[in-house]
Amino acid sequence: MKNDEYHFKIANREALIGVGLVIFNFIWWYAFAYGMGSKDPSEYTFVFGLPAWFFYSCVVGFIVMAVLVTVIVKKFFVDIPFDEEGENK
Amino acid sequence: MNLQAIIPLFVFLVIIFAVGLWAGRSLKTSNSFLHDYFLGGRSLGGFVLAMTMTATYGSASSFIGGPGVAYNEGLGWVLLAMSQVATGYFVLMILGKKFAIVTRRYKAVTMVDFLKERYKSKWVVLFSAISIIVFLFSAMAAQWIGGARLIESLTGLSYTTALFIFALSVLIYVTIGGFRAVALTDAIQGSVMFIGTLVLLIATIIAGGGISEIMADLTAENPNLITPYGADGSLTPAYVSSFWILVGVGVVALPQIAVRAMSYKDSRSMHRALIIGTIVVGFIMLNMHLIGVFARPILPGIEVGDKVMPLIALEVMPPWLAGIVLTAPMAAIMSSVDSLLLLVSSSIVKDVYLNYIQPKASYTRVKRLSIGITAILGIIVFLMSLNPPDLIIWLNLFAFGGLEAAFIWPIIMGLYWSKGNKYGAFASMIVGVGLYVLSDTFFPQPFGLHSVVLPVVVSFVAYVLVSLGTQKRMA
Repeated sequence: MKNDEYHFKIANREALIGVGLVIFNFIWWYAFAYGMGSKDPSEYTFVFGLPAWFFYSCVVGFIVMAVLVTVIVKKFFVDIPFDEEGENK
Repeated sequence: MNLQAIIPLFVFLVIIFAVGLWAGRSLKTSNSFLHDYFLGGRSLGGFVLAMTMTATYGSASSFIGGPGVAYNEGLGWVLLAMSQVATGYFVLMILGKKFAIVTRRYKAVTMVDFLKERYKSKWVVLFSAISIIVFLFSAMAAQWIGGARLIESLTGLSYTTALFIFALSVLIYVTIGGFRAVALTDAIQGSVMFIGTLVLLIATIIAGGGISEIMADLTAENPNLITPYGADGSLTPAYVSSFWILVGVGVVALPQIAVRAMSYKDSRSMHRALIIGTIVVGFIMLNMHLIGVFARPILPGIEVGDKVMPLIALEVMPPWLAGIVLTAPMAAIMSSVDSLLLLVSSSIVKDVYLNYIQPKASYTRVKRLSIGITAILGIIVFLMSLNPPDLIIWLNLFAFGGLEAAFIWPIIMGLYWSKGNKYGAFASMIVGVGLYVLSDTFFPQPFGLHSVVLPVVVSFVAYVLVSLGTQKRMA
C-alpha cells in the first residue's frame, strides 16, 4: 500500500501540471487574440501574411505549447507500473 | 463521376478493411473477448494511442463542419478551433496515471465500469448508459451525414447511395475487428489526416496567390473576416472562450476519449502519446480550419458549408491528389464513427445487459450479442441519416455538451476526491444534463457563454454539496 500512496502522489502532481498548462495555454491564446485583435482591421500588422494577433495567438501559441509539453513530460513525468504484478517485482 | 479521385479513396478503404480483418483474426484466438473487442486488451503503444485519440476527436465536426464554418466566419473560427490544442495533453494528464491504475484494479472495460465500481450504484450506471446511448447516437448520425456528403461531392453519386456505401464499409469492419481494429486503423487514418491537411493547405495557399494575397482579398470582401470576432462581429470573447470547456477541457468526459485513456500499455506509451498527441492535434486543427478560411477567395459562394473541403480540394489539386487528400476527412469520419458505434454497443452489452439483465450470459452469447448489436445500431443510424439536417456540426456539438455535462465531475471528482459519493454523482449528472437540455432549448447563450458552461459549473456545485450532505448516510 505504500507504493500506492507514492504512485497516486505522482499521478496527482501530474494532473495538477495538466491544469497549470491549460491555464497558461488559455491566457496566452486569449491575451494575444483579443489584446492585438481588437483594433480596427485597417490598423493590423501582419506577420508572414497573417494578422499579427492570429500569428502570435494561434501559430506561435501552438508551437509554444508543443515545446512546453515535450519538455515537461520528458523532465517531470515519472515512469510507474500500472499493474499489481508490477508493484511486487 | 470523377474516376481519378475515386480510385485513391477506394484503395484507402480496401487497406482499412485489410487491417480490420487482420485485427479481427487476433480476436478469434483471444480468450477474453470483451476485454479485447471493446478495449484492445490494454495494449496500445504511444503512437497508436496518440493517433487514435486525435482521430476519434478530430471527427466530422472539425473535418467537414469546422472548415465549413471557418469559411463563413473567417479567422475568428480558427481561433476558436485552436482551443482544441488543449485536448492533446489535458485529457491524458488529468485522467492520467490515476485512471490507468484504478481502472486496471477495477478491471473496467468501459467508462461506465469505472463509475460502477467507484460509486456502486445502479442508478448511476443506468443513467450513464442511457446518456451514452442517446447522446452518442445523435453524434453518430452527424458523422454519417458528413461521410456521405463527402462521397457525394467527390463522386457525384446521390446522397442515399453515398450514405449506403459509407455505412456498409464502416459496419463491416467495426463488427469484425473491434477496438483493436479501430485503434489500428485510427493510427493509419491519423497519419493520413496529418499529411493530407498539410498538402491541401499548401495547395490552397498557392492557388490563392500566397497568404498576403488571400488576406487582402478577405479584407476587401469583409474586414471582419480577419478579426477574431467573426463575419458579422458576433463571436464575442466570452462565447469563443467557452469553447475551451466544450471542445478543450470538457473532452475529458467524453466516453470515447476516456476509454482510450485506459487502453494503453504502460506509462512510457502515455508519455509518448502526450507529446505526439499535442503536436498532431494542434497541427491538424490549425491547418484544417485555415484551409476553410483560405478557400473563401478562391471559391466564393459555396452554400452548404459541409462541401467546402471536398470542393476546394478538387479545385486546387489534380483529381488523383485530391482523391488521396480527401481520404483524410474520410479517415476522420470513419474513425470517429467506428469508435462511437463500438462505444454505444459496449454500453448496451456490457453496462446494461451484463450488469442487470443477464449477468451469467455465456461467452459465445456475449460475443454474438456484441457483434449483432453493433450491426443493428449501424443500420438504425443509417436510417436516421437518410433525411439529414444541413450543418452537422451543431448536432455533433449538442451531443458532446450533453455527455460532458453528465460525466465530467463524476469522473474527475471520482478519481481525485475521496468524499465524492453516489448521491453526489447522480445529482451532478441529472443537474448537468437537465440544465444543458433546458438551457440549449430556452436560453441558448446565458451571459454570452456557450450553453455547456453553466451546466458544467452548476453540476460541480451539485456534486460537492450533495456528496458532503450525504456523508453520514454513506458511513
